[in-house]
Amino acid sequence: MSDELVREILESINLHRGFDRDTPHVVINANKVLASRVVEGLVIEPEELPDGVRARLRVKKGRKIAQPVHLCFGMLPSSGIQKILLDVEIEDEAEVGFQAHCTFPNAVDVRHLMQAEIRVGRNARYSYFERHWHSDEGLVTVVPKASIRLAEGARFSTEFELLKGRVGVIDIDYRTVCEARSSAEMKARIFGRLDDRIKVRESALLEGEASRAVLTTHIAVRDDALAEIHNELVATAPYCRGHVDCKEVIQDRGVARAVPVVEVRHPKAHVTHEAAIGSVDSKQLQTLMARGLSEDEAVELIIEGLLS
Amino acid sequence: MAILEVKDVSFEVNSTAILNGLTMEFWQGYVHAVVGPNGAGKSTLASVIMGLPDYRHHTGDILFEGRSIKDLNVDGRARLGITLGWQEPARYEGLKVSRFIQAAAGNKDRAEVDRVLELVGLEPDRYRSRALDKTLSGGERKRIELASILAMRPRLVMLDEPDSGVDIEAIERIFSAIAHLKKEGATVLLITHSPRVLEKSDHAFLICSGMLVDKGETSKVLKYFSGKCLPCPHKNAPDIEASVRQEGGDVR
Repeated sequence: MSDELVREILESINLHRGFDRDTPHVVINANKVLASRVVEGLVIEPEELPDGVRARLRVKKGRKIAQPVHLCFGMLPSSGIQKILLDVEIEDEAEVGFQAHCTFPNAVDVRHLMQAEIRVGRNARYSYFERHWHSDEGLVTVVPKASIRLAEGARFSTEFELLKGRVGVIDIDYRTVCEARSSAEMKARIFGRLDDRIKVRESALLEGEASRAVLTTHIAVRDDALAEIHNELVATAPYCRGHVDCKEVIQDRGVARAVPVVEVRHPKAHVTHEAAIGSVDSKQLQTLMARGLSEDEAVELIIEGLLS
Repeated sequence: MAILEVKDVSFEVNSTAILNGLTMEFWQGYVHAVVGPNGAGKSTLASVIMGLPDYRHHTGDILFEGRSIKDLNVDGRARLGITLGWQEPARYEGLKVSRFIQAAAGNKDRAEVDRVLELVGLEPDRYRSRALDKTLSGGERKRIELASILAMRPRLVMLDEPDSGVDIEAIERIFSAIAHLKKEGATVLLITHSPRVLEKSDHAFLICSGMLVDKGETSKVLKYFSGKCLPCPHKNAPDIEASVRQEGGDVR
């Protein structure tokens, strides 16, 4: 039975053929852990809860996990709540990359709530790529929240992608604190349609000397979709560098709002931001139309690039 | 045979004439140049011919193969085979070079992408998967834009300042791509104020303050342009027509 569910989840994210079960992975459906595999140096301790799963993920000191760790969070039932509580510890000098897929193929009324506490140790490396696969009905509410602390020299990158299917409601809140010489790179790419509601809040506090952060948010909204982006970068130590990049393309009656906050509390720190919101750039559009694309085709291609 | 005819075209912005009764013919398979000092109206002429949205309110007419294209918008004109290479090509965040070129080629396969990249002197393996964004230099973007034009197999190509922002090696590649377009039977219209680019044309028009001052074989127009227009002696002159005539020009 669990093999069938694993297959159904993997099919919903087009991974059923290419998925190598020898790679480290965890596959979850609703509140059940269907499959998992670890490799040396990687500890995964899942615990089933009445409405989700709590999991402790740990990479031991100095261990470098060569293969990406696959996390599949599925919610095959059409309704219900799935809570994912993650406690992640990447110990000093360790390295790991996660590829997370969240899939809700049959959703009629699904709430996916994730709460993550992430600690990345001294000179450790941690990357987390999260791709969402939603149905076309848009009846999913996704609320991922993460609190991240980077120790001295740590490197952290996260990328959130929701391009296929309807968003429904999404409310992302990722907050990172960067100690000396650490770096954080946080990206979100989302395409909203019909009456989707998108809220993204990404923040980084650069409190350690020479720490760095880049917050990138690329959103496209069409029909009556609404997007609100809050990016916040605060630099309090010397030689910190930060950049906020927010680009939102709107079509039809879509509404986009960007609230970039950059705050510098040390004369030797430097933070920049750029935001562009509105229709697609006219020169980009005209160039493609001068190659024979219709306006709609050109807009689609420009958005495809922006969200790629 | 004229592939494109500009007939008594005038265009103004905020009551200021930018193009002033221009009449010109561009011949099938020729490399034409439109030359003139900064502010002469050269780029505006290209924008008017391409039908860019802010340049549609001109008077006069534009005929392509004898038919008016005045009512066609940009993509309608492009589908006839008319295209434009911008002086400063657009950047596209995230859009891959191969997708950009494929779109211009009508979504042909990778071999076509590689063919045109090679024609502009860019190694396909190095450029195919790169994003057409600020990580590429202006010269690289210029060559990629030209590659997209080659992929389109156009009938009439307007290239606005094809040598601006490119190094010596790149400009030679651009010149050879222009020769390739001519060999394929396309008409090329070079917008320039550079004698080096002008020399690549078979026939040239000299415009100044939106008026046609001279036309003919390139060597003749180049002589006039090099001798009398660099620097422009009558810029800001109250009566430009009189000033041009005084310099030996023939305002048409």
